[in-house]
Amino acid sequence: MGMTIAEKILAAHCDRREVQPGDLINCRVDFVMANDVTAPLAIQEFRKLGVARVFDPQRVALVPSHFVPNKDIQSAAQAKTMREFAREQGCIYFEQGQAGIEHILLPSRGYVVPGDVYVGADSHTVTVGALGAFACGMGSTDVAIAMATGEIWMRVPPTLRFIYHGRLNRWVDSKDLILHTIGQIGTDGALYAVMQFEGEALRDMSVNARFTMTNMVAEAGGKAGLMPVDQVTLDYVRPVARRQWTIYEPDPDCQYAATHEFDASKIETTVALPFSPGNAVLLSEVVKQDIKIDQVFIGSCTNGRLEDLQEAAEIMRGKKVAPWVRCIVIPATQDIYLQTLKNGLAELFTEAGCAFSTATCGPCLGGYMGVLAEGERCVSTSNRNFRGRMGHPNAEVYLANPAVAAAAAIAGRIVHPEEVL
Amino acid sequence: MPLRGHVHKYGADVNTDVIIPARYLNTTDPQELAQHCMEDEDPEFVRRVRPGDIVVADTNFGCGSSREHAPIAIKAAGVSCVVAKSFARIFYRNAINMALPILECEEAVDGSDSGDKLEVDLESGAIRNLTRGTAFQAKPFPDFMLELLRAGGLVEYTRRRLAEKA
Repeated sequence: MGMTIAEKILAAHCDRREVQPGDLINCRVDFVMANDVTAPLAIQEFRKLGVARVFDPQRVALVPSHFVPNKDIQSAAQAKTMREFAREQGCIYFEQGQAGIEHILLPSRGYVVPGDVYVGADSHTVTVGALGAFACGMGSTDVAIAMATGEIWMRVPPTLRFIYHGRLNRWVDSKDLILHTIGQIGTDGALYAVMQFEGEALRDMSVNARFTMTNMVAEAGGKAGLMPVDQVTLDYVRPVARRQWTIYEPDPDCQYAATHEFDASKIETTVALPFSPGNAVLLSEVVKQDIKIDQVFIGSCTNGRLEDLQEAAEIMRGKKVAPWVRCIVIPATQDIYLQTLKNGLAELFTEAGCAFSTATCGPCLGGYMGVLAEGERCVSTSNRNFRGRMGHPNAEVYLANPAVAAAAAIAGRIVHPEEVL
Repeated sequence: MPLRGHVHKYGADVNTDVIIPARYLNTTDPQELAQHCMEDEDPEFVRRVRPGDIVVADTNFGCGSSREHAPIAIKAAGVSCVVAKSFARIFYRNAINMALPILECEEAVDGSDSGDKLEVDLESGAIRNLTRGTAFQAKPFPDFMLELLRAGGLVEYTRRRLAEKA
């Protein structure tokens, strides 16, 4: 029987000619990652194994991203634990100021390539699947095992296919596609499954825009998100890849558990209302409710790339953030931060009255750099709007694309971007 | 030995942000995490929970982030078992890996309410609601996962496997 992309990648990593959904396999991993929140637990479990060294220090990356530069003494201790382990083991490590959010940083520096099995102790590890790699989020204990042995147990997941026909409308981007999709299938619509994305609407989409879709596979319960490798992928990978990559194509007779087809030209700009990423509502409906806001966050592993900041900047150019609203803009990596200094975006955002900061996950998970008080409302380009996610349990988060977020910052309420142009 | 405890029942999509909010992720200490368990879903939980109690929930329990702090907090709060209609996949792995028993059983969820006393037999998957005198059968664990649970979790299982190899 034919195999999907995911099945082919997994079969190749457990030396089997064929795998099928449901098979339990022990799988080799090409790359392993943990961050400053998950690494301390992984290191603690690693020490219990009685193993002296990680399986390959050049395939293990530790990335401080969540609470760095450190927000308090305890988070400084966690970052220190990770830093000392990285030095001891000689594994890949990026110091604060030279790093950023792992899900943007690692692919942009070529550490993960098409055909890889990549596991990370962070749910948004799935982001990198847009490169045609099997990228899977796991817990700290799983990652400790992967760091020690270079292997991990897995149950081969079924693949769900998502096809987006047609072209995107203006003001509709990859964030809207994925919010719309999660709204349709629900927050457990892809539970334990691979989401494979393809179709005309994705063909012209940059890898950076594609990452936004695979990023939010986590919000649909998926195990991995995958996109077939094309010329756009290769143009992204070729200049940065640190290893040879492998392209896997699905067999014509492979089995998909389900196929969801969309007419992308009919998908509108979408907002996810509190308290679930699955609460997808058309922006045109949301604006009727005249929702006043207190804060905007533009950044995160979902929408903190240069293109996202450019999209927001086009809205904010020459304008000011509304009175009594704070707008926080955070590039996802220091590489992007540097680009914004060179191309004038840092100046543009600062002149508009935004708080513009060094790379960090920061406010997305309510860590620091923009925690919400009781009763406050925030429009965020990030991926989760669960109760308490960005601060007080009675604060509200609205998920949107960067243009909608920027427009909200200017208007002080949720509006269509055209309203502030 | 079967597990026995009182039910704390919740709805669907109980996510890791409400199980243990990120503001407490600057520690890995189980007791500290336990003090904030379920804080943003049910602020009274920590005061009410007794050793051995059982968390019962609808679908997709533990969705959201990969934070192992969530099952750690639940286990350290004294919860003996989580019964849900379904679990988010990372939470499922994390719970098995640290030998926190979790069972999938729709009927037991629909047939139990907060305060009921449940008895759970992990090996057989038999669940009895002692308050109502009803009985349910959970999906049995695959053998590999039972092996992990019996070993006391993935680390101990792997440690033994590596020791055998060496």
